[in-house]
Amino acid sequence: MAKLDLVMFEEEYKVLQEIITRLQTESSSKVVFLVDKNGQQIAASGDVRSIDATSLASLTAGNVAATDGLAKLIGEKEFTLLFHEGEKDNLHISIVGKRGILVVIFDQSSSLALVRLRVKKSSRELQEIFDKVEQRAQNQAGETNFESPFSEITDEDIDRLFGD
Amino acid sequence: MTFINYASREINCKIVYYGPGLCGKTTNIQWIFEQANPDKRGKLVSLATETDRTLFFDFLPLDMGTVKGFKVRFHLYTVPGQVFYDASRKLILRGCDGVIFVADSQRPRMEANIESIANLATNLKENGFDIRSIPYVLQLNKRDMPTAAPVEEMERLLRFRSEPTIEAVANQGTGVIETLKACARQILMELQRG
Ligand SMILES: Nc1nc2c(ncn2[C@@H]2O[C@H](COP(=O)(O)OP(=O)(O)O)[C@@H](O)[C@H]2O)c(=O)[nH]1
Ligand SMILES: [Mg+2]
Repeated sequence: MAKLDLVMFEEEYKVLQEIITRLQTESSSKVVFLVDKNGQQIAASGDVRSIDATSLASLTAGNVAATDGLAKLIGEKEFTLLFHEGEKDNLHISIVGKRGILVVIFDQSSSLALVRLRVKKSSRELQEIFDKVEQRAQNQAGETNFESPFSEITDEDIDRLFGD
Repeated sequence: MTFINYASREINCKIVYYGPGLCGKTTNIQWIFEQANPDKRGKLVSLATETDRTLFFDFLPLDMGTVKGFKVRFHLYTVPGQVFYDASRKLILRGCDGVIFVADSQRPRMEANIESIANLATNLKENGFDIRSIPYVLQLNKRDMPTAAPVEEMERLLRFRSEPTIEAVANQGTGVIETLKACARQILMELQRG
């Protein structure tokens, strides 16, 4: 089954957010985003409002997906890192586990070496959370007593979404 | 892959518009973009060639309102239609929650429609999905064209499960929202099953 939903609970989310915030401060970067490989933003820290985060998430995932495709073409498993150097700002993109992408935007108040170092540490911590989330999803898959709040979606709920 | 965030109480769903080149995929999401309340829509991102053909994807995030206290957000994607962009199409299907197949009603495009559905089945399979069970809608677009094939004929050629089938003229907006809604309904109903 390919469709394992990513379900994130309050506690896990809080820890993720803490890791991202710490990474942003300790790497002296402008913004840090944690994005899902399918293009959805999970968490962010820093001057987030200066950037269209949703587009960033989608384009980053597209970029990583295309790079994955290129890796397979030349017989690599994946490239774990993408780095784009701009005139002022630089973009550091790295893969976390199977489904996460970490995006760090930084300027001359930081350096590639520092960002790399900090990203490495945070990636390990993030990986632990992702593993936990996945583990739980798998445990729940066989279990029927998990009470989903969506067990009673009606046609009216859907009509309301479309404003009629 | 639906992303349900209990912390921010959000549900994110990815919907992909699929179909042969020039069938009207980009037109569908452009129309949705123009109609949507500016507060509710994000930027329409188009990775297109100089001549406006989709190169990698178009992307439109859309805030829909709430279900059971959760904010529902759709991420709409289109794929490039031309045969030689197959690698890109496969990538875009990654983690999708539902597919809208936009068929071109013009008779000379019928073979391209059939081929594109076969290609969709293959690419879904490679992403671990089954075209017979994933939330799926068939849109018969360009109903206004003089060479449009009759609906019954198209259904006979293109329908393969009891998928909702909607007639559309995407550049006038006819059937566009109805199509999206038919897909959204299946995705959200699927959440019930957990
Ligand atoms: N007559 C007519 N033209 C349409 C319709 N939908 C799309 N088009 C036109 O068909 C062309 C290709 O559409 P586009 O959305 O770019 O196709 P895509 O390759 O599937 O993204 C454009 O010139 C559209 O204006 C329709 O329902 N009727
Ligand atoms: Mg297009």
